[in-house]
Amino acid sequence: MGVTLSASAAKHVAGFIAKRGKGVGIRLGVKTSGCSGMAYKLEFVDETQDEDLVFDSHGVKVIIDPKSLPYLEGTELDFVREGLNEGFKFNNPNVKDQCGCGESFNV
Amino acid sequence: MALLQIAEPGMSTEPHQHRLAVGIDLGTTNSLVATVRNSIAVCLADDTGRAMLPSIVRYRADGSVDVGLAAAKAQATDPKNTIVSVKRFMGRGLKDVAHVETMPYDFEDSPGMVRLRTIQGVKSPVEVSAEILRALRERAEASLGGTLTGAVITVPAYFDEAQRQATKDAARLAGLEVLRLLNEPTAAAVAYGLDNAAEGVYAVYDLGGGTFDLSILKLTRGVFEVLSTNGDAALGGDDFDHRLFCWMLDQAAIDPPSSEDGRRLQIKAREAKELLTSCEEAPIHVKLGSGEVVDLVVTRDQFAEMTRHLVQKTLGPVRKALRDAGLAPEDIKGVVMVGGATRMPHIQRAVAEYFGQEPLTNLDPDKVVALGAAMQANALVGNRAADEDDWLLLDVIPLSLGLETMGGLVEKVVPRNATLPIARAQEFTTFKDGQTAMAFHVVQGERELVADCRSLARFELRGIPPMVAGAARIRVTFQVDADGLLSVSAREMSSGVEASVLVKPSYGLSDDEIAGMLKAGVERAEDDMLARALREQQVEADRVIEATEQALASDGHLLDAGERAQIDAAIDTLRKLRDGKDHRALKTGIETLARETDEFAARRMDNSIRAALAGQKIDEIQV
Repeated sequence: MGVTLSASAAKHVAGFIAKRGKGVGIRLGVKTSGCSGMAYKLEFVDETQDEDLVFDSHGVKVIIDPKSLPYLEGTELDFVREGLNEGFKFNNPNVKDQCGCGESFNV
Repeated sequence: MALLQIAEPGMSTEPHQHRLAVGIDLGTTNSLVATVRNSIAVCLADDTGRAMLPSIVRYRADGSVDVGLAAAKAQATDPKNTIVSVKRFMGRGLKDVAHVETMPYDFEDSPGMVRLRTIQGVKSPVEVSAEILRALRERAEASLGGTLTGAVITVPAYFDEAQRQATKDAARLAGLEVLRLLNEPTAAAVAYGLDNAAEGVYAVYDLGGGTFDLSILKLTRGVFEVLSTNGDAALGGDDFDHRLFCWMLDQAAIDPPSSEDGRRLQIKAREAKELLTSCEEAPIHVKLGSGEVVDLVVTRDQFAEMTRHLVQKTLGPVRKALRDAGLAPEDIKGVVMVGGATRMPHIQRAVAEYFGQEPLTNLDPDKVVALGAAMQANALVGNRAADEDDWLLLDVIPLSLGLETMGGLVEKVVPRNATLPIARAQEFTTFKDGQTAMAFHVVQGERELVADCRSLARFELRGIPPMVAGAARIRVTFQVDADGLLSVSAREMSSGVEASVLVKPSYGLSDDEIAGMLKAGVERAEDDMLARALREQQVEADRVIEATEQALASDGHLLDAGERAQIDAAIDTLRKLRDGKDHRALKTGIETLARETDEFAARRMDNSIRAALAGQKIDEIQV
């Protein structure tokens, strides 16, 4: 299981890291805030922490802290375009409900 | 559903608290909006994939407004309501706008800024610019999926206070929070300086469609400072097109073309110029209205030869800017190229030759300003990690700021090229006994006389306690914020009365005037010095005459007729010298009058002491 990237997401992440000029991968995580309980975290990673779990997806390292993993198990990160807007979207099977904006959720 | 972007480590935002910030290059010909997304600065494109928005606004009869390409298409059919290059009118009066007579607009001169009569009523340049900014804001909000926190908008380094204020007003009208106005060359340096983590002194060579600007910037430890700026407000890529256009007319022996043919040929000239950037030669094939066909081939060398004088013309301002900064070409560590016209290979070659190094061209010269502005905006809203964003931007005052003093002289308070933000204070005093009010006249320019500088604002300080001339201490503080906006305050130090003005100046100084004023400041330095010396002596003469006459009025009885006649004669002589041109003779006249009145002054002194002591015993007098 673990956490995966869609092919499109992996391609974009790899591209962003290359242009940024540094970074070993991306961190997916959750934090407890937001209008519906938990909020997603999506960051570049320059240094991994000892306790981090590292998954490889389409050649991109996906880094997750162990506390976040239960909330994200089985999640696929996708990259989508909606009109002029473009960005990442979490497809998380653990989510029971989420706020209208999709930035925070409940399990 | 919001789409997420990748944040810098530790910089994830709370939900619904995205700080969406953009950089906007509000250009004369084209405008762009950029943002930092996933840590990379990108220009945002419209739904057809175009990043550049032509800076053209059309007011339609049905009350709607077109911006960009849609407006551009109506340029020929509805010229009166289709406003191009509105940036040239920002913060300008009608008399400041060059070539008004060749423009298709219905101008209305109004105090402060020129206005345009359109089918939708009278519009100010601020409103027209706001339409462009609004289109960019809407594009950005659609692209970023939320309301913008703020924007950094770029302006030419030589923009004066009026033009900066007008730009800010336009942004507010468009519903944008302005984080900061940023000088265009500084934005370009941000785009390059941060990407390459470079330090040293850089030149920014910006050849746009219609203007040329050269700025010398110093980058040290992440701090940007503009050392000097120079340019030519009437030189740009369009002049290169025009040169090629003239060559085409010459070759095809057309004289003169119909306006329809002229437009066709001009478009072909531009296309050929652009093709020559990547190809050694460009074919020109135009079918004229008469059915005649123009079939030419222009080579890169021919084009370089026919426009060589234009390239040379850009090097004048380069030399001047270097001289202003006290630098030689070899002190420049890198040259940043900005503006689509810098794609021309012979320009890059000339710049490389002058500076002895290849210019930086790895960023798109059309986008580099917007990208830098976006990076600055991103830093200002706090989206960057603290440790790497300890940089701030310093810009400079393009022309000195000062106050009018007695006799129409300028006292410079903030010198030209002082870095922003800046606060400078200077003390002034009253000129007459019992003076309770003081008028301040804020001016900008390099010359010594007010008449030769630009008037920015006037204000008055009232309620000064009556004191003898020269006793009041009035502290005048000039403050210019990071956007280059000026406020001046005056405070009388003993009573604390205060007055201030935010400079929303009487609009109206053109780029040519700025360039002209700078030039005149240098060329007329000697005239100015003499004029200043004369005015100083005239002010002194007026003061001495007035003081003497006052003394004669109150204590004239202390003099006998002969003495009185002598002093009157000296005053008459001084009056005549005062209206002359010789400051040395005037000085002698003042000294003569002072000598003639020495004895009188001594008698007045004795007299007043005697009056003070009359009727008092020795031991009652406190020493």
